[in-house]
Amino acid sequence: MSTNYFEEDITSLHDALVNQKTTAAQLTADTLDQIQTKDKQTKAFITVAADEAKKQAAAADTQGITADRQLAGIPIAIKDNIITDGILTTAASKILTGFIPVYDATVTSRLKEAGAVLVGKTNMDEFAMGSSTENSYYGPTHNAWDLDRVPGGSSGGSAAAVAAGEVVAALGSDTGGSIRQPAAFNGIFGIKPTYGRVSRWGLIAFGSSLDQIGVLSRRVKDSAIVLQQIAGQDENDDTSLPALVPDYLAAMDGNIKGLRIAIPEEYLGEGVAQGVRDAIEKAVDTLKKLGATVDTVSLPHTKYAVPTYYLIASSEASSNLQRFDGIRYGFRAKDVKNLEDVYVRTRSEGFGDEVKRRIMLGTFSLSAGFYDAYFNKAAKVRHLIQDDFTKVFADYDLIVGPTTPTPAFKIGEKVNDPVTMYMNDILTIPANLAGIPAASVPAGLVDGMPVGLQLMAKPMAEATIFKVADAFEAATQFYTQVPTAMKGEK
Amino acid sequence: MIDRDQVAHVAGLAKLQFTDDQLTAFTKQMEDIIAMADQLDEVDVGDTTPMYQVTNLSNVFREDKPEHWQTRTQLLQNVPEKEAGLIKVPSILDNGEGEA
Amino acid sequence: MNFKTTIGLEVHVELKTKTKMFSPSPVTYGEAPNTAANVIDFGFPGVLPRVNKNAYRLGIMVALALHAKVTNETHFDRKNYFYPDNPKAYQITQQERPLGTNGWVEIEVKGKKKKIGIHELHVEEDAGKNTHGASGYSYVDLNRQGTPLVEIVSEPDIASPDEAYAYLEQLRQIILFTGASDVKMEEGSMRVDTNISIAPIGSDTLGTKAELKNLNSFAHVRDGLAFEEKRQAEVLMAGGEIRQETRRFDEPTGTTILMRVKEGSDDYRYFPEPDIPPFHISQEWIDEIGSEIPEMPNKRRERYVNDYGLPEYDASVLTATKEMSDFFDATVKAGAPAKQAANWLMGNVNAYLNEQQVDLSATKLTPDHLAGMIKLVSEGTISSKIAKKVFQEIITSDTDPRAWVEQKGLIQQSDPAVLTPIIDSILDNNGQSIEDFKNGKDRAVGFLVGQIMKQTHGKANPQVVNQILMAELKKR
Repeated sequence: MSTNYFEEDITSLHDALVNQKTTAAQLTADTLDQIQTKDKQTKAFITVAADEAKKQAAAADTQGITADRQLAGIPIAIKDNIITDGILTTAASKILTGFIPVYDATVTSRLKEAGAVLVGKTNMDEFAMGSSTENSYYGPTHNAWDLDRVPGGSSGGSAAAVAAGEVVAALGSDTGGSIRQPAAFNGIFGIKPTYGRVSRWGLIAFGSSLDQIGVLSRRVKDSAIVLQQIAGQDENDDTSLPALVPDYLAAMDGNIKGLRIAIPEEYLGEGVAQGVRDAIEKAVDTLKKLGATVDTVSLPHTKYAVPTYYLIASSEASSNLQRFDGIRYGFRAKDVKNLEDVYVRTRSEGFGDEVKRRIMLGTFSLSAGFYDAYFNKAAKVRHLIQDDFTKVFADYDLIVGPTTPTPAFKIGEKVNDPVTMYMNDILTIPANLAGIPAASVPAGLVDGMPVGLQLMAKPMAEATIFKVADAFEAATQFYTQVPTAMKGEK
Repeated sequence: MIDRDQVAHVAGLAKLQFTDDQLTAFTKQMEDIIAMADQLDEVDVGDTTPMYQVTNLSNVFREDKPEHWQTRTQLLQNVPEKEAGLIKVPSILDNGEGEA
Repeated sequence: MNFKTTIGLEVHVELKTKTKMFSPSPVTYGEAPNTAANVIDFGFPGVLPRVNKNAYRLGIMVALALHAKVTNETHFDRKNYFYPDNPKAYQITQQERPLGTNGWVEIEVKGKKKKIGIHELHVEEDAGKNTHGASGYSYVDLNRQGTPLVEIVSEPDIASPDEAYAYLEQLRQIILFTGASDVKMEEGSMRVDTNISIAPIGSDTLGTKAELKNLNSFAHVRDGLAFEEKRQAEVLMAGGEIRQETRRFDEPTGTTILMRVKEGSDDYRYFPEPDIPPFHISQEWIDEIGSEIPEMPNKRRERYVNDYGLPEYDASVLTATKEMSDFFDATVKAGAPAKQAANWLMGNVNAYLNEQQVDLSATKLTPDHLAGMIKLVSEGTISSKIAKKVFQEIITSDTDPRAWVEQKGLIQQSDPAVLTPIIDSILDNNGQSIEDFKNGKDRAVGFLVGQIMKQTHGKANPQVVNQILMAELKKR
């Protein structure tokens, strides 16, 4: 193995490709080797698309890698709820057993156009429902920093693959924190853009009004490069935003002097572990030293974010997941006698428990007699939560806080206690409800496990997040640390 | 609060079935989740309008121009059972309605 | 006991678009199964709906033509139910804020006019097609999936099967005139579901209603409702109770047959479609669409009677279809006198269409050619007998009537300098006829005219011939 992703980033790999120090074929071969070795421990991938990746790499080499095509020949992993034409796509569910898509997600085709090499599909919580990647039909993924711990979720496979140095960057999706929480748990950067910034065409829907595709990478700049390529309006998604995508790299000038930062008091409450609070306070000091002003503010409806989120996301999911009925694709139960059997047995055998729980909650909250008290009430509280943010953003450029209340927990620790598991998402959910961009940047270790600093900005202001995260990364240099479990595996 | 019968009714709507034991366990979990959801009772929403989407977009339309995307072979490639270009499914017992 | 009947109608009409409501697949009829579909129509994981502007526009057009109020702030909703022809297991429709509300149409039954209210109308996507095989299997074709529909829900104002029939006729004609749909029951571009209940006269509550399905023509609707009206009355008279049930019209027997008894109401778990932003329909757009609506048949009938002096009967025959009415207007515009244009269209043209079993558009006839031919007759260039020949020509080929009659030498001979010597020579050879004429036998004139026409191969202008003949006879 000649490529060590702990010492490379997209820019350095790109330079090596342009200067012909390596080839896309070589880089892809190295990457496949890394995955083969490290994935035994992390189990980050559901599918490694070795043959397709080699073909794409050969095509990139043939086409020639020029300086203006930063992603050409760069191996990238994709979360398995993003559609890839011709490559098994399961959303980590038994119900999509054997499903080979016949079209590409917009992000997939945009990466292909850029010449990126799609090396495989990463593990996740089934249909992105979970915070630990334990709810996968294909088994759990392991945290690169401590293999006994969860990598977070639902984009746990993407996060672990990046943290373990299997790939330089990966796509994830974030409905209630599914990019930021695993990024925090794995000591990497992860960004959920503004709702509508990245097309959802080809993202297997969970909570349609909340889902957003984003990027995970060790280096902030790498996420900026990938997002630059996949963002922007798409005619196949009526909810995608028409605004132009600014030059993210140009915004990353290291200068955050005078930036107005708010820290919500609710984000440092008693549910947040002391170690995490300490790490965040230290991070805030760093931001102040870099020239930002930091004030404490209030987002008073934060505590209602979790129930609001679970009602809205589950309601939408209950409808979105009705199409998995065993008729047109995927798993169909055996020995079915009649149509009702096809539906009930396929769905009962094909979905895991967490997915069933959310379908049940969502079906309940939309059902006759309960709609107003649950779904519609949640939609109103959602409005109040967004108003909280709008008020703060009138005076501030950025809101910061911890990404998660605690570092990564042990595999199996919370799996039988849904409500406790749900509360773990309290700090990431509000950004989804409000539709604003949010990211997690590593803020050090607590008891040997990484914690993340969350950065939330106004709608469309991803550039502000990149600018601050990049300055913070430069000041803290967390990326130089290699996960304990991956040492000696280089 | 939600009882076992309601859970069973909701399962019927969602085309899911549970064994007795599963139903008991699910009812308990649903109770906990709905108790969490009931926290929203505390919130005085006044005349706040429900927010179903966050983009502020409106009137997004497509022009009426036909496009051919997939072939039938592609569309039927993942179908578990098919015959003569049609999707095959076991018959409906109840000869009920289903059309728009 | 006497009963009052209350009928509600739900009419689905396919909108005439090139593509589907939420996908760019072509809208087709009669294609091979599952060939006019794509991943959106198949409800693949990850797909999203894309709204067809033209379908929404046509929906508004139908709403306006039915005098409905167009909803300015609106959105789509999901209606959730499982069925093999419903691939997403939800239908995208409008529940909370339908596109139009409070419309009406005016019907006339036995000389009595009545307004039937339209509760609401909304746009939505059609389902695919299930066919049920004998082997215990069903087969699904998703070509129709996603075809744009407008659903029109009447108020319970309809009080008899005849009124239901008249309402459907009116609805069909109005929509046909907008051009928003073909509204053909036989091709499924118009579908009708109905419900009916009866209650003792004087009762202030409605009776339990039965729904009727499998109604493939307006006559079936009327006959099914009439049977159901009678059946329900018999049940009540016998002291029985009406159940809430769905019944199927059985064409061979003209009766209705129980399909299933409804227990409780369905729970479709409607909620706003999160994948489609809401709509703010501007008054400007509504006005623009309104200005594109062609003149409605009742307005046209008024115009034909008041402006052209046509009889009511002619006006209603000419407005049976928009095509015929447009053709009539264009023929008049091209210079034909209204009554003559009407006579030709109602007479020879309709006879031809019936005989050939075709639509007007399938012939070669144009308003210009028809007006041109009428002009040739009225200016005396051709006789009405020749006109029938010309008509045969211009309805089967794109031929200019004047050029054709010239080329074929069919122009009528009206020149006295040419006709007089011919007439004189015929009179010279028919002394007996002159004698008969003098003796007051009118038949003699007919005979002489016949001789003249024979001699001129039918080209002599009968009026001119008559004049010269009478003058010459008087000279003898």
